[in-house]
Amino acid sequence: MNWSSLLFLLCSGFAGVFAIAVVLSNNIVRMAFYLVLSLAATAGLFFLAGADFVGAMQLMIYVGGTLVLLVFGVMLTAQSQFVSMRTSSGELLTALMLGGALLFVLVFTAMNVPMWQPTNQPSVSEDTPVLTATPIGMALEGYRVDQLEQPNPSLRRGMSGYLFPFVIVSVHLLVVLVGAAYLARARRHHTESA
Amino acid sequence: MAKLLNQCLDWIASWVGGSLPDDSLLGYVLAALIYVALLLGLVATSALIFIWLERKVSGRIQDRLGPTRVGGKFGWLQTLADGMKLLTKEDLVPGDADKMLFRLAPYISFCASLAAFIALPFAGRDFPFVAQHLNIAVFFVLAVMGLEVFGVILAGYASASKWSLFGAMREAAQVVSYEVPMGLCVVVPVMLAGSMDLVFLGDKQQGWFTNWYLFHDPFTFLVFWVYFTCGVASVNRAPFDLAEAESELVAGFHTEYSGLRWSFFFMAEYGSMLAVSILAAILFLGGWNGPIPIAGLLGLTWENGPVLGYLGNFLGMINVIAKGFLLVTVMIWVRWTLPRLRIDQVMTTCLKYCTPLAAVMFVGAALWHTTLPDRVFLGLLQAPEVNRRLTERLPDHSLDVQAIEQGTIAQGDAL
Amino acid sequence: MPILASLLTEPIGVAHYMVVGAVLFVCGVVCMATKRNALGILMGIELVLNGANVNLVALGSPYLRGESATLMLDGQLMAMFVIVLAAAEAAVALAIALNFYNNFGSIDVDRANQLKG
Repeated sequence: MNWSSLLFLLCSGFAGVFAIAVVLSNNIVRMAFYLVLSLAATAGLFFLAGADFVGAMQLMIYVGGTLVLLVFGVMLTAQSQFVSMRTSSGELLTALMLGGALLFVLVFTAMNVPMWQPTNQPSVSEDTPVLTATPIGMALEGYRVDQLEQPNPSLRRGMSGYLFPFVIVSVHLLVVLVGAAYLARARRHHTESA
Repeated sequence: MAKLLNQCLDWIASWVGGSLPDDSLLGYVLAALIYVALLLGLVATSALIFIWLERKVSGRIQDRLGPTRVGGKFGWLQTLADGMKLLTKEDLVPGDADKMLFRLAPYISFCASLAAFIALPFAGRDFPFVAQHLNIAVFFVLAVMGLEVFGVILAGYASASKWSLFGAMREAAQVVSYEVPMGLCVVVPVMLAGSMDLVFLGDKQQGWFTNWYLFHDPFTFLVFWVYFTCGVASVNRAPFDLAEAESELVAGFHTEYSGLRWSFFFMAEYGSMLAVSILAAILFLGGWNGPIPIAGLLGLTWENGPVLGYLGNFLGMINVIAKGFLLVTVMIWVRWTLPRLRIDQVMTTCLKYCTPLAAVMFVGAALWHTTLPDRVFLGLLQAPEVNRRLTERLPDHSLDVQAIEQGTIAQGDAL
Repeated sequence: MPILASLLTEPIGVAHYMVVGAVLFVCGVVCMATKRNALGILMGIELVLNGANVNLVALGSPYLRGESATLMLDGQLMAMFVIVLAAAEAAVALAIALNFYNNFGSIDVDRANQLKG
């Protein structure tokens, strides 16, 4: 028995089951709750794949930040009981059929690419932690420690790092911050004048 | 640990003629169970002690005696009696509540608070006492502790009570806001050590108290207090306990809870208090390296052999837990001394004071560290040789930074 | 259950992660298509982005390497950018949803039909 396979089955099972629960649930707070569990299980998958930093980031930003925000939104927009927001079962059935077809195509493709088939790789070493944050941090600053031994010298230049996207994303976040604050302010202004 | 267990089991199995491979599932499951049992034991016992301490300290501060009868002289069994009382209470679920979420919420809070301990080390060097040695331990602990708020929000919503919902909303706003300055504060020691590995961070401060990051420079000294304030706020302790302000909200998010579920919320709160305190102890107060390096003076180091090193680690573990308990005691002291802030004051403290202060301190510490590298104790002393030699290495498959910087590899080639 | 039994013994490859990613993706798409609550649609988007993230991380993982070279660090970096941008998207979408609720008294997206010409 393979322990990493067992953990993978556990995490992926949780992620999948709760993702389906998000689709099938009608109560919006429960949907948010299932989404949290699904995303947390996905973070577990990231840890299993050796991407510790991304996993922790998923927990911090997604589960800790975004979803708290989402639940906030759910509570602030509590609906009155008379507005029915259910989808008709015909539409749901069509969506499920189309989704099932899409799932079939995706899974069929994933299973039939020979490059993606499992190989016998050394599993995660237990005692010494793998450095996961440092290479990522250096890549964001322009050093690609994993590409230094790139055999093709012309590619080395192209794989020099992610400094530019990093800066763009930072500016983007600032713009988003201002934009979201503006939207929230505009709302209050509107109610005051009305 | 798992490999060791598997080898032990293999040795036992060899008596009956069996054998067990090194990476058998059994060892991993056993190791995980042992870790969980130890951590659960620590959190539960310390919660018992803290509740007793809270009663005693509050009693003394209010010129009372506190519990005196249960269990002999100091009333030290009082918490156990409280726990028995809680177990016998009726487990109420309000009629309009979302029953599944109402039942689950306390456990989510408690799980998040317990999960933070997975990455917290209690001793370092060659055999760190840590359940999972993570390279990004600081980040992981912060991320997981932020999840505790989710249980509180769900509890507030699922109770179908206005008090609970108000408390939960306040808590959500408060915790999400305070994560920002807290993250900024935590980054300062991470920057000084050059690693997010808590074991590494602790080992980097070994020796006398002069090597602690608390005294590294004036900026880190201030950052510690900002961190502690934000830590108190992020675990919802007074003066920041807006989520359960009893004078306004009855009991806030746990108004409708009773019995065992209610006590799980309390275990979660005391668990996160301990986690925040131990994190502060490792980041700023040297972790397992005491004010006086007793283990080092007694010769209990890894240089003198594994057995002595192991004993030294035990001393270090006691040291970390003692520091954690000390900081929790300060939290209790603060709770019974200061009045509760208003919600706008809480937000002002975070956004107008803590965040800018932490940001400025971060820049200051960075400048100090670049102008006075390898100096400790406000720049007065030279950092010990052993601490300077500790640097994090990149993985084997890649080249290390120093080689690039020293020009062993031409810059144009690398970039 | 022979498939499950073989899953327990054989090592996990990129393909397995891809299947999980596909499940998350399809759930997100169905969620976006069927929910009428604006926040439900937002949750669907989060699921879709997560499905993509699972694939990216799997392709970049040093432990799941297939025969040919993988994305290495690129996968993790892409996933990070996706997470950050998803957080930004959620903040703006939430502000829009709150505004919408304020104007219409509901977050049923079917009511947002006033822009039609």
